[in-house]
Amino acid sequence: MNPAGFSEQMRRAWAIAKKDIRIYYFKGPVLIFGIFMPVFLFLAFLMGSRQLPLSFLVSGLVGMALFFTATAVSPAIFPWEGQAKTLERLASCPIMVEAIVFGDMIASTLFGIGITLITVIIGLALGVPLLHVITLLVSILVAACCFSAIGMLLAVPPTNVPSNIMMLSSLIKFPLVFISGIFIPLQQMPPWGLALAVCSPLTYFTDVVRYSFTGANYFPVLVDVVVLGVFTVVFTAGTMFLHKRTMPKRM
Amino acid sequence: MSDAIAVTHLTKTFGPNVAVDHVSFSVQEGEIFGFLGPNGAGKTTTTRMLTGVIPPDAGKATILGHDIRSEPVLAKQGFGVVPETSNAYTDLTAWQNLMLMGELYGLPRARASERASNLLGTLGLIERKDQKVQAYSKGMKQRLILAMALLHEPRLLFLDEPTSGLDVQSSQMILSLLRDLNQAGATIFLTTHNMEEANRLCHRVGIIRAGKLVAVDAPEKLKAAIEKVHRIEVSFDREIPGDALTTLPGVTSASRTGDKWQITAENRDAALRSLVVFSQQHGATIVTLNTLVVSLDDAFLRLTQEASP
Repeated sequence: MNPAGFSEQMRRAWAIAKKDIRIYYFKGPVLIFGIFMPVFLFLAFLMGSRQLPLSFLVSGLVGMALFFTATAVSPAIFPWEGQAKTLERLASCPIMVEAIVFGDMIASTLFGIGITLITVIIGLALGVPLLHVITLLVSILVAACCFSAIGMLLAVPPTNVPSNIMMLSSLIKFPLVFISGIFIPLQQMPPWGLALAVCSPLTYFTDVVRYSFTGANYFPVLVDVVVLGVFTVVFTAGTMFLHKRTMPKRM
Repeated sequence: MSDAIAVTHLTKTFGPNVAVDHVSFSVQEGEIFGFLGPNGAGKTTTTRMLTGVIPPDAGKATILGHDIRSEPVLAKQGFGVVPETSNAYTDLTAWQNLMLMGELYGLPRARASERASNLLGTLGLIERKDQKVQAYSKGMKQRLILAMALLHEPRLLFLDEPTSGLDVQSSQMILSLLRDLNQAGATIFLTTHNMEEANRLCHRVGIIRAGKLVAVDAPEKLKAAIEKVHRIEVSFDREIPGDALTTLPGVTSASRTGDKWQITAENRDAALRSLVVFSQQHGATIVTLNTLVVSLDDAFLRLTQEASP
Protein backbone atom coordinates (compact mmCIF):
# COMPACT_ATOMS: atom_id res chain seq x y z
CA MET A 1 0.00 0.00 0.00
CA ASN A 2 1.34 3.40 -0.96
CA PRO A 3 -0.49 5.85 1.34
CA ALA A 4 0.32 8.74 -0.97
CA GLY A 5 -0.88 6.88 -4.08
CA PHE A 6 -3.90 8.08 -6.03
CA SER A 7 -6.17 5.10 -5.31
CA GLU A 8 -5.37 5.15 -1.59
CA GLN A 9 -6.01 8.90 -1.38
CA MET A 10 -9.33 8.40 -3.20
CA ARG A 11 -10.33 5.79 -0.62
CA ARG A 12 -9.49 8.24 2.14
CA ALA A 13 -11.46 11.00 0.36
CA TRP A 14 -14.45 8.64 0.40
CA ALA A 15 -13.97 8.23 4.16
CA ILE A 16 -14.12 12.03 4.47
CA ALA A 17 -17.30 12.08 2.38
CA LYS A 18 -18.98 9.43 4.56
CA LYS A 19 -18.06 11.40 7.66
CA ASP A 20 -19.51 14.58 6.13
CA ILE A 21 -22.73 12.80 5.21
CA ARG A 22 -23.13 11.54 8.79
CA ILE A 23 -22.40 14.89 10.39
CA TYR A 24 -23.39 17.76 8.13
CA TYR A 25 -26.46 16.77 6.12
CA PHE A 26 -28.78 17.50 9.00
CA LYS A 27 -27.13 20.64 10.34
CA GLY A 28 -29.54 23.57 10.65
CA PRO A 29 -27.79 25.99 8.27
CA VAL A 30 -27.47 23.28 5.61
CA LEU A 31 -31.19 22.53 5.74
CA ILE A 32 -32.12 26.24 5.81
CA PHE A 33 -29.82 27.39 3.00
CA GLY A 34 -29.99 24.16 1.01
CA ILE A 35 -33.66 23.23 1.13
CA PHE A 36 -35.98 25.75 2.78
CA MET A 37 -34.59 28.86 1.03
CA PRO A 38 -34.97 27.56 -2.55
CA VAL A 39 -38.38 26.08 -1.76
CA PHE A 40 -39.71 29.39 -0.42
CA LEU A 41 -38.04 31.31 -3.25
CA PHE A 42 -39.73 29.01 -5.74
CA LEU A 43 -43.11 29.26 -4.01
CA ALA A 44 -42.89 33.07 -4.01
CA PHE A 45 -42.07 33.01 -7.71
CA LEU A 46 -44.86 30.51 -8.40
CA MET A 47 -47.46 32.78 -6.75
CA GLY A 48 -46.44 35.79 -8.82
CA SER A 49 -45.98 34.05 -12.17
CA ARG A 50 -49.18 32.20 -12.91
CA GLN A 51 -48.91 32.89 -16.63
CA LEU A 52 -45.66 30.86 -17.03
CA PRO A 53 -46.01 27.18 -18.03
CA LEU A 54 -45.46 24.60 -15.31
CA SER A 55 -42.63 22.94 -17.25
CA PHE A 56 -40.73 26.28 -17.18
CA LEU A 57 -41.28 26.63 -13.46
CA VAL A 58 -40.26 23.04 -12.66
CA SER A 59 -37.10 23.46 -14.75
CA GLY A 60 -36.29 26.53 -12.69
CA LEU A 61 -37.02 24.65 -9.48
CA VAL A 62 -34.71 21.80 -10.48
CA GLY A 63 -31.96 24.26 -11.42
CA MET A 64 -32.34 26.20 -8.20
CA ALA A 65 -32.59 23.05 -6.06
CA LEU A 66 -29.31 21.66 -7.36
CA PHE A 67 -27.54 24.99 -7.08
CA PHE A 68 -28.65 25.66 -3.51
CA THR A 69 -28.24 22.13 -2.21
CA ALA A 70 -24.86 21.42 -3.81
CA THR A 71 -23.53 24.71 -2.46
CA ALA A 72 -25.09 24.29 1.00
CA VAL A 73 -22.87 21.61 2.53
CA SER A 74 -19.41 22.33 1.15
CA PRO A 75 -18.87 25.96 2.28
CA ALA A 76 -19.72 25.17 5.89
CA ILE A 77 -17.50 22.13 6.46
CA PHE A 78 -14.09 23.80 6.69
CA PRO A 79 -15.21 26.60 9.06
CA TRP A 80 -17.10 24.11 11.25
CA GLU A 81 -14.16 21.76 11.40
CA GLY A 82 -11.75 24.63 12.01
CA GLN A 83 -13.89 25.80 14.90
CA ALA A 84 -14.20 22.30 16.39
CA LYS A 85 -10.44 21.65 15.89
CA THR A 86 -11.27 18.50 13.96
CA LEU A 87 -9.56 20.05 10.94
CA GLU A 88 -6.32 19.88 12.91
CA ARG A 89 -6.95 16.18 13.41
CA LEU A 90 -7.38 15.74 9.63
CA ALA A 91 -4.29 17.86 8.95
CA SER A 92 -2.18 15.47 11.02
CA CYS A 93 -3.60 12.39 9.26
CA PRO A 94 -1.99 10.89 6.15
CA ILE A 95 -4.41 12.48 3.72
CA MET A 96 -3.64 15.26 1.26
CA VAL A 97 -5.54 18.55 1.39
CA GLU A 98 -6.74 17.82 -2.13
CA ALA A 99 -8.29 14.55 -0.94
CA ILE A 100 -10.00 16.29 1.99
CA VAL A 101 -11.44 18.88 -0.40
CA PHE A 102 -12.48 16.16 -2.83
CA GLY A 103 -14.17 14.20 -0.04
CA ASP A 104 -16.11 17.30 0.99
CA MET A 105 -17.08 17.83 -2.64
CA ILE A 106 -18.36 14.26 -2.94
CA ALA A 107 -20.62 14.74 0.11
CA SER A 108 -21.89 18.03 -1.28
CA THR A 109 -22.44 16.57 -4.73
CA LEU A 110 -24.42 13.61 -3.40
CA PHE A 111 -26.58 15.90 -1.26
CA GLY A 112 -27.32 18.06 -4.30
CA ILE A 113 -28.12 15.09 -6.52
CA GLY A 114 -30.38 13.47 -3.91
CA ILE A 115 -32.51 16.56 -3.26
CA THR A 116 -32.61 17.47 -6.97
CA LEU A 117 -33.88 14.05 -7.94
CA ILE A 118 -36.72 14.58 -5.46
CA THR A 119 -37.65 17.83 -7.25
CA VAL A 120 -37.54 15.99 -10.58
CA ILE A 121 -39.93 13.39 -9.15
CA ILE A 122 -42.19 16.19 -7.88
CA GLY A 123 -42.20 17.67 -11.39
CA LEU A 124 -43.12 14.32 -12.91
CA ALA A 125 -45.84 13.88 -10.28
CA LEU A 126 -47.25 17.27 -11.30
CA GLY A 127 -47.56 15.94 -14.85
CA VAL A 128 -44.56 17.69 -16.41
CA PRO A 129 -43.14 15.41 -19.13
CA LEU A 130 -39.43 14.56 -19.04
CA LEU A 131 -38.27 14.48 -22.64
CA HIS A 132 -34.53 13.80 -22.26
CA VAL A 133 -33.80 11.65 -19.24
CA ILE A 134 -30.14 10.80 -19.95
CA THR A 135 -29.28 14.42 -20.80
CA LEU A 136 -30.86 15.56 -17.56
CA LEU A 137 -29.06 12.93 -15.45
CA VAL A 138 -25.67 13.67 -17.03
CA SER A 139 -26.13 17.41 -16.60
CA ILE A 140 -27.23 16.97 -12.97
CA LEU A 141 -24.08 14.95 -12.26
CA VAL A 142 -21.72 17.45 -13.92
CA ALA A 143 -23.49 20.49 -12.49
CA ALA A 144 -23.56 18.99 -8.98
CA CYS A 145 -19.77 18.59 -9.12
CA CYS A 146 -19.46 22.14 -10.46
CA PHE A 147 -21.68 23.68 -7.77
CA SER A 148 -20.04 21.75 -4.94
CA ALA A 149 -16.68 23.09 -6.18
CA ILE A 150 -18.19 26.59 -6.07
CA GLY A 151 -19.28 25.86 -2.51
CA MET A 152 -15.76 24.82 -1.59
CA LEU A 153 -14.41 27.99 -3.21
CA LEU A 154 -16.72 30.04 -1.00
CA ALA A 155 -15.06 28.41 2.02
CA VAL A 156 -11.55 29.46 1.01
CA PRO A 157 -11.35 32.59 3.25
CA PRO A 158 -9.69 31.17 6.37
CA THR A 159 -12.36 32.01 8.90
CA ASN A 160 -13.56 29.49 11.42
CA VAL A 161 -16.91 31.23 11.90
CA PRO A 162 -19.46 29.33 9.79
CA SER A 163 -21.95 32.24 9.77
CA ASN A 164 -19.38 34.47 8.03
CA ILE A 165 -19.05 31.98 5.21
CA MET A 166 -22.82 31.43 5.01
CA MET A 167 -23.27 35.19 4.69
CA LEU A 168 -20.65 35.43 1.95
CA SER A 169 -22.19 32.42 0.31
CA SER A 170 -25.67 34.02 0.21
CA LEU A 171 -24.18 37.25 -1.08
CA ILE A 172 -22.83 35.43 -4.12
CA LYS A 173 -25.47 32.76 -4.62
CA PHE A 174 -28.59 34.94 -4.75
CA PRO A 175 -27.39 37.30 -7.51
CA LEU A 176 -26.31 34.23 -9.51
CA VAL A 177 -29.83 32.82 -9.29
CA PHE A 178 -31.30 36.04 -10.70
CA ILE A 179 -28.89 36.29 -13.65
CA SER A 180 -28.99 32.62 -14.66
CA GLY A 181 -32.29 32.40 -16.50
CA ILE A 182 -34.23 30.74 -13.70
CA PHE A 183 -36.83 33.47 -13.24
CA ILE A 184 -36.35 35.32 -16.55
CA PRO A 185 -35.83 33.28 -19.74
CA LEU A 186 -32.49 34.06 -21.43
CA GLN A 187 -34.37 35.12 -24.57
CA GLN A 188 -36.03 37.95 -22.66
CA MET A 189 -32.87 39.25 -21.00
CA PRO A 190 -31.30 42.58 -21.99
CA PRO A 191 -27.80 42.36 -23.53
CA TRP A 192 -26.07 43.32 -20.28
CA GLY A 193 -28.07 40.65 -18.46
CA LEU A 194 -27.09 38.08 -21.05
CA ALA A 195 -23.44 39.12 -20.75
CA LEU A 196 -23.66 38.39 -17.03
CA ALA A 197 -25.62 35.19 -17.57
CA VAL A 198 -22.95 33.57 -19.74
CA CYS A 199 -20.49 33.97 -16.86
CA SER A 200 -22.66 31.89 -14.52
CA PRO A 201 -22.44 28.10 -14.63
CA LEU A 202 -26.01 27.97 -13.36
CA THR A 203 -27.16 29.46 -16.70
CA TYR A 204 -25.93 26.42 -18.62
CA PHE A 205 -27.47 23.97 -16.18
CA THR A 206 -30.83 25.77 -16.25
CA ASP A 207 -30.68 25.77 -20.05
CA VAL A 208 -30.05 22.03 -20.26
CA VAL A 209 -32.74 21.28 -17.64
CA ARG A 210 -35.22 23.35 -19.61
CA TYR A 211 -34.25 21.42 -22.72
CA SER A 212 -34.84 18.16 -20.86
CA PHE A 213 -38.35 19.21 -19.78
CA THR A 214 -39.55 21.43 -22.65
CA GLY A 215 -37.29 20.63 -25.61
CA ALA A 216 -36.41 24.34 -25.90
CA ASN A 217 -32.91 25.63 -25.24
CA TYR A 218 -30.84 28.77 -25.74
CA PHE A 219 -27.37 27.20 -26.15
CA PRO A 220 -26.69 23.85 -27.86
CA VAL A 221 -26.90 21.08 -25.25
CA LEU A 222 -23.34 19.96 -25.91
CA VAL A 223 -22.13 23.50 -25.25
CA ASP A 224 -24.06 23.56 -21.97
CA VAL A 225 -22.51 20.30 -20.76
CA VAL A 226 -18.98 21.10 -21.97
CA VAL A 227 -19.04 24.57 -20.40
CA LEU A 228 -20.27 23.04 -17.13
CA GLY A 229 -17.44 20.52 -17.36
CA VAL A 230 -14.87 23.26 -17.94
CA PHE A 231 -16.24 25.27 -15.00
CA THR A 232 -16.05 22.10 -12.86
CA VAL A 233 -12.41 21.44 -13.70
CA VAL A 234 -11.38 25.08 -13.21
CA PHE A 235 -13.27 25.48 -9.93
CA THR A 236 -12.08 22.12 -8.57
CA ALA A 237 -8.44 22.84 -9.39
CA GLY A 238 -8.80 26.37 -8.02
CA THR A 239 -10.41 25.31 -4.76
CA MET A 240 -7.81 22.59 -4.14
CA PHE A 241 -4.97 25.01 -4.80
CA LEU A 242 -6.43 27.75 -2.62
CA HIS A 243 -7.41 25.48 0.27
CA LYS A 244 -3.89 24.07 0.35
CA ARG A 245 -2.62 27.61 0.82
CA THR A 246 -5.17 28.78 3.38
CA MET A 247 -5.59 25.63 5.48
CA PRO A 248 -2.61 26.30 7.80
CA LYS A 249 -4.11 29.72 8.58
CA ARG A 250 -7.17 28.01 10.09
CA MET A 251 -5.06 26.12 12.67
CA MET B 1 19.75 3.39 16.76
CA SER B 2 18.29 5.73 14.11
CA ASP B 3 16.49 9.01 14.68
CA ALA B 4 12.70 8.95 14.81
CA ILE B 5 12.71 12.75 14.72
CA ALA B 6 15.49 14.93 13.32
CA VAL B 7 14.99 18.67 13.45
CA THR B 8 17.41 21.25 12.10
CA HIS B 9 16.99 25.01 12.38
CA LEU B 10 13.21 24.79 12.53
CA THR B 11 11.76 28.30 12.50
CA LYS B 12 8.27 29.76 12.58
CA THR B 13 7.24 33.38 12.73
CA PHE B 14 3.81 34.90 13.22
CA GLY B 15 4.03 38.49 11.99
CA PRO B 16 6.85 40.15 13.92
CA ASN B 17 6.99 37.40 16.56
CA VAL B 18 9.45 34.55 16.22
CA ALA B 19 7.55 31.66 17.78
CA VAL B 20 10.22 29.04 17.10
CA ASP B 21 13.76 30.22 16.47
CA HIS B 22 16.16 27.86 14.68
CA VAL B 23 15.41 24.88 16.90
CA SER B 24 17.52 21.76 16.31
CA PHE B 25 17.34 18.41 18.10
CA SER B 26 16.81 14.75 17.46
CA VAL B 27 14.84 11.97 19.12
CA GLN B 28 16.05 8.40 18.83
CA GLU B 29 13.75 5.50 18.07
CA GLY B 30 12.42 3.91 21.25
CA GLU B 31 12.99 7.05 23.29
CA ILE B 32 10.53 9.03 25.39
CA PHE B 33 11.40 12.65 24.76
CA GLY B 34 9.85 15.37 26.91
CA PHE B 35 9.43 18.82 25.41
CA LEU B 36 9.15 21.36 28.21
CA GLY B 37 8.73 25.09 28.35
CA PRO B 38 6.64 27.87 29.87
CA ASN B 39 3.40 29.02 28.26
CA GLY B 40 4.01 30.65 24.88
CA ALA B 41 7.53 29.24 24.62
CA GLY B 42 6.83 27.57 21.28
CA LYS B 43 6.10 23.97 22.34
CA THR B 44 2.79 23.59 20.56
CA THR B 45 4.00 25.46 17.47
CA THR B 46 6.97 23.09 17.25
CA THR B 47 4.72 20.07 17.67
CA ARG B 48 2.34 21.37 15.01
CA MET B 49 5.23 21.78 12.59
CA LEU B 50 6.51 18.31 13.36
CA THR B 51 3.08 16.80 12.78
CA GLY B 52 2.56 18.66 9.50
CA VAL B 53 -0.32 20.80 10.73
CA ILE B 54 1.47 24.05 9.94
CA PRO B 55 4.47 24.52 7.65
CA PRO B 56 7.76 25.85 9.03
CA ASP B 57 9.13 29.10 7.60
CA ALA B 58 12.64 27.69 7.61
CA GLY B 59 14.52 24.59 8.65
CA LYS B 60 13.84 20.93 8.19
CA ALA B 61 12.05 18.22 10.12
CA THR B 62 12.47 14.57 9.24
CA ILE B 63 9.97 12.22 10.83
CA LEU B 64 10.70 8.49 10.62
CA GLY B 65 12.97 9.16 7.68
CA HIS B 66 10.50 11.30 5.73
CA ASP B 67 10.68 15.06 5.30
CA ILE B 68 7.43 16.41 6.74
CA ARG B 69 7.21 19.03 3.97
CA SER B 70 8.10 17.01 0.89
CA GLU B 71 6.68 13.63 1.99
CA PRO B 72 3.93 14.57 4.45
CA VAL B 73 1.67 11.59 3.82
CA LEU B 74 4.46 9.04 4.27
CA ALA B 75 5.64 10.78 7.43
CA LYS B 76 2.12 11.04 8.88
CA GLN B 77 1.37 7.39 8.12
CA GLY B 78 3.93 6.40 10.75
CA PHE B 79 2.86 8.54 13.69
CA GLY B 80 -0.18 9.26 15.83
CA VAL B 81 -1.09 12.57 17.46
CA VAL B 82 -2.79 13.34 20.77
CA PRO B 83 -3.42 17.10 20.87
CA GLU B 84 -4.04 19.07 24.02
CA THR B 85 -7.66 19.79 23.12
CA SER B 86 -9.83 16.83 22.29
CA ASN B 87 -10.63 16.87 18.59
CA ALA B 88 -12.76 13.81 18.09
CA TYR B 89 -15.97 14.36 16.10
CA THR B 90 -18.56 14.96 18.80
CA ASP B 91 -21.45 14.21 16.43
CA LEU B 92 -20.07 10.72 15.87
CA THR B 93 -19.84 7.83 18.30
CA ALA B 94 -16.50 6.63 19.64
CA TRP B 95 -16.72 3.63 17.35
CA GLN B 96 -17.45 5.79 14.28
CA ASN B 97 -14.50 8.06 15.17
CA LEU B 98 -12.20 5.05 15.36
CA MET B 99 -13.48 3.58 12.11
CA LEU B 100 -12.92 6.94 10.42
CA MET B 101 -9.33 6.90 11.66
CA GLY B 102 -8.97 3.34 10.39
CA GLU B 103 -10.05 4.46 6.92
CA LEU B 104 -7.84 7.55 6.97
CA TYR B 105 -4.82 5.38 7.82
CA GLY B 106 -5.76 2.72 5.25
CA LEU B 107 -6.42 -0.08 7.72
CA PRO B 108 -8.50 -3.05 6.54
CA ARG B 109 -11.95 -2.93 8.13
CA ALA B 110 -11.50 -6.17 10.11
CA ARG B 111 -8.14 -5.04 11.50
CA ALA B 112 -9.56 -1.63 12.42
CA SER B 113 -12.49 -3.25 14.25
CA GLU B 114 -10.18 -5.59 16.16
CA ARG B 115 -7.83 -2.76 17.17
CA ALA B 116 -10.74 -0.49 18.10
CA SER B 117 -12.29 -3.13 20.35
CA ASN B 118 -8.97 -3.81 22.08
CA LEU B 119 -8.15 -0.15 22.60
CA LEU B 120 -11.63 0.76 23.83
CA GLY B 121 -11.43 -2.18 26.24
CA THR B 122 -7.98 -1.18 27.51
CA LEU B 123 -9.04 2.44 27.96
CA GLY B 124 -12.32 1.61 29.65
CA LEU B 125 -14.61 2.93 26.92
CA ILE B 126 -16.00 -0.25 25.40
CA GLU B 127 -19.31 0.03 27.26
CA ARG B 128 -19.97 3.45 25.70
CA LYS B 129 -18.55 2.88 22.25
CA ASP B 130 -21.90 3.55 20.54
CA GLN B 131 -22.56 6.78 22.41
CA LYS B 132 -21.94 10.12 20.73
CA VAL B 133 -18.72 11.75 21.92
CA GLN B 134 -20.53 14.95 22.90
CA ALA B 135 -21.82 13.11 25.99
CA TYR B 136 -18.29 12.11 27.08
CA SER B 137 -16.41 13.65 30.01
CA LYS B 138 -13.05 15.35 29.39
CA GLY B 139 -11.15 12.29 30.61
CA MET B 140 -13.16 9.98 28.36
CA LYS B 141 -12.60 12.26 25.37
CA GLN B 142 -8.87 12.29 26.04
CA ARG B 143 -8.80 8.50 26.30
CA LEU B 144 -10.70 8.28 23.02
CA ILE B 145 -8.22 10.63 21.37
CA LEU B 146 -5.43 8.38 22.55
CA ALA B 147 -7.23 5.36 21.11
CA MET B 148 -7.66 7.22 17.81
CA ALA B 149 -3.95 8.02 17.74
CA LEU B 150 -2.98 4.42 18.48
CA LEU B 151 -5.39 2.63 16.15
CA HIS B 152 -2.86 2.18 13.34
CA GLU B 153 -0.11 1.05 15.73
CA PRO B 154 2.18 4.03 15.12
CA ARG B 155 5.94 3.82 15.61
CA LEU B 156 5.92 7.37 16.94
CA LEU B 157 3.41 9.15 19.12
CA PHE B 158 3.14 12.91 19.63
CA LEU B 159 1.32 13.96 22.79
CA ASP B 160 0.59 17.56 23.72
CA GLU B 161 -0.26 17.85 27.42
CA PRO B 162 -2.06 14.49 27.41
CA THR B 163 -2.94 14.53 31.10
CA SER B 164 -3.68 18.24 31.48
CA GLY B 165 -6.81 18.76 33.56
CA LEU B 166 -7.57 15.06 33.88
CA ASP B 167 -8.58 13.17 37.00
CA VAL B 168 -5.97 10.96 38.65
CA GLN B 169 -7.51 7.76 37.29
CA SER B 170 -7.44 8.92 33.65
CA SER B 171 -3.92 10.37 34.05
CA GLN B 172 -2.56 7.15 35.51
CA MET B 173 -4.26 5.08 32.85
CA ILE B 174 -2.72 7.19 30.08
CA LEU B 175 0.77 7.28 31.63
CA SER B 176 0.73 3.55 32.22
CA LEU B 177 -0.27 2.95 28.62
CA LEU B 178 2.53 5.23 27.41
CA ARG B 179 5.08 3.22 29.40
CA ASP B 180 3.76 -0.02 27.92
CA LEU B 181 3.87 1.42 24.42
CA ASN B 182 7.44 2.56 24.90
CA GLN B 183 8.45 -0.84 26.21
CA ALA B 184 6.93 -2.32 23.07
CA GLY B 185 9.25 -0.09 21.03
CA ALA B 186 7.22 3.04 20.30
CA THR B 187 8.93 6.43 20.35
CA ILE B 188 7.10 9.08 22.34
CA PHE B 189 7.36 12.86 21.96
CA LEU B 190 5.66 14.35 24.98
CA THR B 191 4.91 18.03 25.46
CA THR B 192 4.11 18.76 29.07
CA HIS B 193 4.08 21.29 31.87
CA ASN B 194 4.18 18.56 34.44
CA MET B 195 7.79 18.26 35.60
CA GLU B 196 7.10 15.24 37.76
CA GLU B 197 5.53 13.48 34.78
CA ALA B 198 8.52 14.35 32.58
CA ASN B 199 10.98 13.34 35.28
CA ARG B 200 9.42 9.94 35.77
CA LEU B 201 8.63 9.16 32.14
CA CYS B 202 11.23 10.73 29.86
CA HIS B 203 14.61 9.42 28.84
CA ARG B 204 15.58 12.91 27.72
CA VAL B 205 13.95 16.32 27.85
CA GLY B 206 14.33 19.43 25.75
CA ILE B 207 13.61 22.81 27.32
CA ILE B 208 12.40 25.62 25.09
CA ARG B 209 12.18 29.24 26.11
CA ALA B 210 11.03 32.14 23.94
CA GLY B 211 11.31 29.97 20.83
CA LYS B 212 14.87 28.85 21.51
CA LEU B 213 15.95 25.45 22.73
CA VAL B 214 17.99 26.09 25.87
CA ALA B 215 18.82 22.53 26.93
CA VAL B 216 18.47 18.94 25.79
CA ASP B 217 19.59 16.13 28.06
CA ALA B 218 18.50 13.36 30.40
CA PRO B 219 16.54 14.77 33.38
CA GLU B 220 19.15 13.64 35.90
CA LYS B 221 22.00 15.11 33.85
CA LEU B 222 20.14 18.38 33.48
CA LYS B 223 19.64 18.59 37.21
CA ALA B 224 23.26 17.72 37.85
CA ALA B 225 24.51 20.16 35.24
CA ILE B 226 22.84 23.15 36.81
CA GLU B 227 23.96 22.29 40.33
CA LYS B 228 27.76 22.41 40.26
CA VAL B 229 28.04 21.85 44.02
CA HIS B 230 26.21 18.78 45.26
CA ARG B 231 24.64 18.48 48.65
CA ILE B 232 24.60 15.30 50.70
CA GLU B 233 22.78 14.76 53.97
CA VAL B 234 24.12 11.99 56.21
CA SER B 235 23.53 10.82 59.78
CA PHE B 236 25.43 8.25 61.86
CA ASP B 237 24.45 6.16 64.87
CA ARG B 238 27.16 7.78 66.96
CA GLU B 239 29.12 10.99 67.29
CA ILE B 240 31.86 11.44 64.72
CA PRO B 241 34.55 14.14 64.42
CA GLY B 242 33.25 16.88 62.10
CA ASP B 243 36.74 18.03 61.13
CA ALA B 244 37.51 14.63 59.74
CA LEU B 245 34.56 14.86 57.38
CA THR B 246 35.87 17.98 55.67
CA THR B 247 39.17 16.24 54.84
CA LEU B 248 37.51 13.38 53.00
CA PRO B 249 38.17 13.14 49.25
CA GLY B 250 35.48 14.92 47.24
CA VAL B 251 34.02 16.76 50.25
CA THR B 252 34.19 20.56 50.23
CA SER B 253 32.52 21.38 53.53
CA ALA B 254 30.49 19.79 56.30
CA SER B 255 28.16 21.41 58.82
CA ARG B 256 25.94 19.88 61.45
CA THR B 257 22.19 20.43 61.60
CA GLY B 258 20.49 18.51 64.39
CA ASP B 259 21.55 14.87 64.18
CA LYS B 260 22.51 15.20 60.50
CA TRP B 261 25.56 16.42 58.64
CA GLN B 262 25.07 18.65 55.61
CA ILE B 263 27.92 18.02 53.24
CA THR B 264 28.78 19.87 50.05
CA ALA B 265 30.83 18.13 47.39
CA GLU B 266 32.15 18.93 43.97
CA ASN B 267 32.35 15.24 43.11
CA ARG B 268 29.30 13.49 44.49
CA ASP B 269 30.46 10.00 43.59
CA ALA B 270 33.84 10.43 45.31
CA ALA B 271 32.21 11.97 48.37
CA LEU B 272 29.73 9.12 48.76
CA ARG B 273 32.45 6.51 48.48
CA SER B 274 34.56 8.38 51.07
CA LEU B 275 31.65 8.57 53.48
CA VAL B 276 31.11 4.81 53.32
CA VAL B 277 34.81 4.14 53.91
CA PHE B 278 34.84 6.78 56.70
CA SER B 279 31.92 5.11 58.50
CA GLN B 280 33.66 1.73 58.33
CA GLN B 281 36.95 3.18 59.60
CA HIS B 282 35.21 4.86 62.57
CA GLY B 283 32.93 1.91 63.33
CA ALA B 284 29.88 4.08 62.76
CA THR B 285 26.74 2.93 61.03
CA ILE B 286 25.16 5.20 58.44
CA VAL B 287 21.54 5.76 59.54
CA THR B 288 20.42 7.95 56.64
CA LEU B 289 22.17 9.06 53.47
CA ASN B 290 20.39 11.43 51.10
CA THR B 291 21.75 13.12 47.99
CA LEU B 292 19.93 16.44 47.86
CA VAL B 293 19.81 16.99 44.14
CA VAL B 294 17.81 19.74 42.53
CA SER B 295 14.42 18.81 41.13
CA LEU B 296 13.56 19.06 37.44
CA ASP B 297 11.40 22.01 38.46
CA ASP B 298 14.54 23.75 39.76
CA ALA B 299 16.43 22.89 36.60
CA PHE B 300 13.56 24.10 34.45
CA LEU B 301 13.23 27.37 36.31
CA ARG B 302 16.97 27.97 36.32
CA LEU B 303 17.36 27.23 32.62
CA THR B 304 14.35 29.23 31.51
CA GLN B 305 15.29 32.19 33.69
CA GLU B 306 18.89 32.16 32.48
CA ALA B 307 17.69 32.20 28.92
CA SER B 308 15.13 34.93 29.42
CA PRO B 309 15.93 38.28 27.84
